[in-house]
Amino acid sequence: MAFNIIVLAKQVPDTRNVGKDAMKADGTVNRAALPAIFNPEDLNAMEQALGIKEQFPGSTITVLTMGPGRAADILREGLFRGADDGVLLTDRAFAGADTLATSYALSMAIRKIGKFDLILAGRQAIDGDTAQVGPQIAEKLGIPQITYAENIEAIKGDRIIVKRRLDNGVEVVECPLPTLITVNGSARTCRPRNAKLLLKYKHAKTVTERQVENLDYIDIYNSHPYLNLTEWSVADVQADSKLCGLSGSPTKVKKIENVVFQAKESKRLGDNDVEIDELMRELIENHTIG
Amino acid sequence: MANFYTDTPQFKHYLQHPLMKRIVELKERNYTDRQTYDYAPIDFEDAMDSYDKVLEVVGEICGEIIEPNAEEVDHNGPTVADGRVTYAKNTQENLDALNKAGLMGMRFSRKYGGLNFPMVPYMISADIVSRADASFQNIWMLQDCGETIYEFGDEVQKNKYIPRVVNGQTMSMDLTEPDAGSDLQAVMLKASFNEAENQWYLNGVKRFITNGDSDIHLVLARSEEGTKDARGLSMFIYDKNSGGVTVRRIENKMGIKGAPTCELVFRNAKAELVGSRRMGLIKYVMSLMNGARLGIMAQSVGLCEAATREAYQYATERRQFGKAIISFPAVYEMLANMRAKTDASRSILYETCRFVDIYKELEDIARERKLSPEEREEMKYYSRLADAFTPLGKAMSSEFANQNAYDAIQIHGGSGYMKDYKCERLYRDARITNIYEGTTQLQVVAAIRHVTTGTYLQRIGEYAAMPVSPELEPLKKILLKMTEMYAKLVERVTAPKDEEYLDFHARRLVECAGHIIGGYLLLHDANKNQDLFRRSAQVYVYYGRNEVVKNYNFIAQAHVEDVAFYKPDLSE
Repeated sequence: MAFNIIVLAKQVPDTRNVGKDAMKADGTVNRAALPAIFNPEDLNAMEQALGIKEQFPGSTITVLTMGPGRAADILREGLFRGADDGVLLTDRAFAGADTLATSYALSMAIRKIGKFDLILAGRQAIDGDTAQVGPQIAEKLGIPQITYAENIEAIKGDRIIVKRRLDNGVEVVECPLPTLITVNGSARTCRPRNAKLLLKYKHAKTVTERQVENLDYIDIYNSHPYLNLTEWSVADVQADSKLCGLSGSPTKVKKIENVVFQAKESKRLGDNDVEIDELMRELIENHTIG
Repeated sequence: MANFYTDTPQFKHYLQHPLMKRIVELKERNYTDRQTYDYAPIDFEDAMDSYDKVLEVVGEICGEIIEPNAEEVDHNGPTVADGRVTYAKNTQENLDALNKAGLMGMRFSRKYGGLNFPMVPYMISADIVSRADASFQNIWMLQDCGETIYEFGDEVQKNKYIPRVVNGQTMSMDLTEPDAGSDLQAVMLKASFNEAENQWYLNGVKRFITNGDSDIHLVLARSEEGTKDARGLSMFIYDKNSGGVTVRRIENKMGIKGAPTCELVFRNAKAELVGSRRMGLIKYVMSLMNGARLGIMAQSVGLCEAATREAYQYATERRQFGKAIISFPAVYEMLANMRAKTDASRSILYETCRFVDIYKELEDIARERKLSPEEREEMKYYSRLADAFTPLGKAMSSEFANQNAYDAIQIHGGSGYMKDYKCERLYRDARITNIYEGTTQLQVVAAIRHVTTGTYLQRIGEYAAMPVSPELEPLKKILLKMTEMYAKLVERVTAPKDEEYLDFHARRLVECAGHIIGGYLLLHDANKNQDLFRRSAQVYVYYGRNEVVKNYNFIAQAHVEDVAFYKPDLSE
């Protein structure tokens, strides 16, 4: 048995180590001050894929990412760890996408990739924290989905058994393939880059990178076809540009605010229902909840 | 993300040394591997980029996995049951990570699955791994034993064992016995040959064997019945798969607790002879030990670095009398000396690595074709330097590791004496470095002939001939003065032609040579990279001058007869 796996990965600003200059004065993220990294939970998804590839030799892993040209780094990071192939979905028309437009674009790219048994993605990205893109893709492709996965326990024939990490415990579910799985940060951490793969793929570039950068080695791209990373535009995946990027995004950001947490006031409640009901009413009235 | 390679810019400086051009050229044999192996470099720049990229992975694994695991490794350590060792859970995790990253057997050539790395980037890895966890560096560095199989084993052995090392199997060198420590000529473990089976068998006991339950052992054993000295010893490979060796116990050590130190019992263990009989100690162990000493140098440098950083961090955070203690001269002087000793040790380490790289590669090329007369000269030149610098560097760096660990605790004050702080572990871990793979006293025995034959002085002369910027001239003057004093001392100690007198002062002479060499190397480092080395160069030369003057005063006023005051009366 062998499986075709697609890993969805995103390049994100490293919001875990936020310094003073992480936000600009206008309240937007200062991307220049934050290193661009492989979204952590996507790495957990990558590791699950690598585990399957180890268990079922002949399985292939394709990393798919959408982003600007520099997001090709994510494809290389995937190749360095054991992926077989990478696709960068990049086009000005994809810019400004919310989760709906993103899932549309990615689902079109997945259709173009064609045959797959399994799509693995991180639960959510650390820049947006929506956890919506994975599930939306599953809906658009009309395949089942398993969220909050912690471990792929087994694949038996065309059925996959997955352990999910939930608030109050774990749940083991079974589902037919093909399916889409979003992986939780509690899953095992991704293996490091492999030295030989790193040296094999370090020159891998997209067409755009090859044109923009003044590369030292040109002829290796003809002699070593695997060094050419696939790059697709809106047209390449036959997407409707109206459904992509900003124009395909119903979500509009109205206002961005810096929230400074301050525990100024506190209120002590008695352990009776009356006082708790009173607090609930208060919180609903001032729109803290609800 | 902690990265122990990128956070220490000194590494890139050493990686970019001008001699690397020659080293890589030799190592890569005109970059012909590229045709066969997709991960082989295209040219010199590409090879250098490959070293840099792989070291970044090593740095990340060390910063993110190995160092965070170190405390628990130290606490839990390995266990032994039914004659077999199990590593601490975190030690195994470290090994798995390095294995998955393809970082085992980095030095071996690509035909065995290795990365074909020169000694310099390989030892940078060892340096970084040691900073993360010195005990783990032991286990990881023992892959070096594979080199002895490569150099002296036959084709079948090379093809059988080296790929296994590259795929993560561990190794050990089984030399020491209860009555054969520093004096390995006394090894008794018996190797007997069964003619009918055409098979060697080993019987006996080995003691203090680091990583003694490894997959592949190199064993020094007495193959010639009735002999009592080095000429009766041969080298064998014992493969754990064939069975016959059990671990009787593991030692409860002061430090490097993550590395199992085993007592091994050989009961009719099948073994393969490496190379020729009788050459075990005379040739193979000597070569093995040279590699191992370089490894301990790297371990010492890593420990020096770790201790310096721990102390620095504590000194900036700890406040007394209203300010951080680092602002007190008594504290910052210690810290500056620690940094200088770390940098000097490191500079000597990579200088030695370069010598080893060149002569070993030429030696290897000589297996393929005849060397030209120039190449033979070059090999001889660097081989002699490697021979001189290895014991000197091992002695200096391991003593500095101890001094830095000691000072790190001092800077921590009472807290440093508690188990809560890392400096306590570093102190225990460092303590073995100037003992194993030959004590400092034995390194002096190996180094002293390069004092008397002038190897050091000649090399020092070459350093002195290299130009430095006007700003560094005053430092150079001090080094020239130190050299003058050293030369006088050598003359004074050798003049009476009294072996015991020479032995008595040997350590002082070797130390003087070491301080001058360390000073010159840092001087030239600073000449190339002011920001990184200027302070250390100054501090180290001042420190070294003090040491040389001290030794000078002692020896200049000493007499051959004085030795009697130190010598025990053994007549009773």
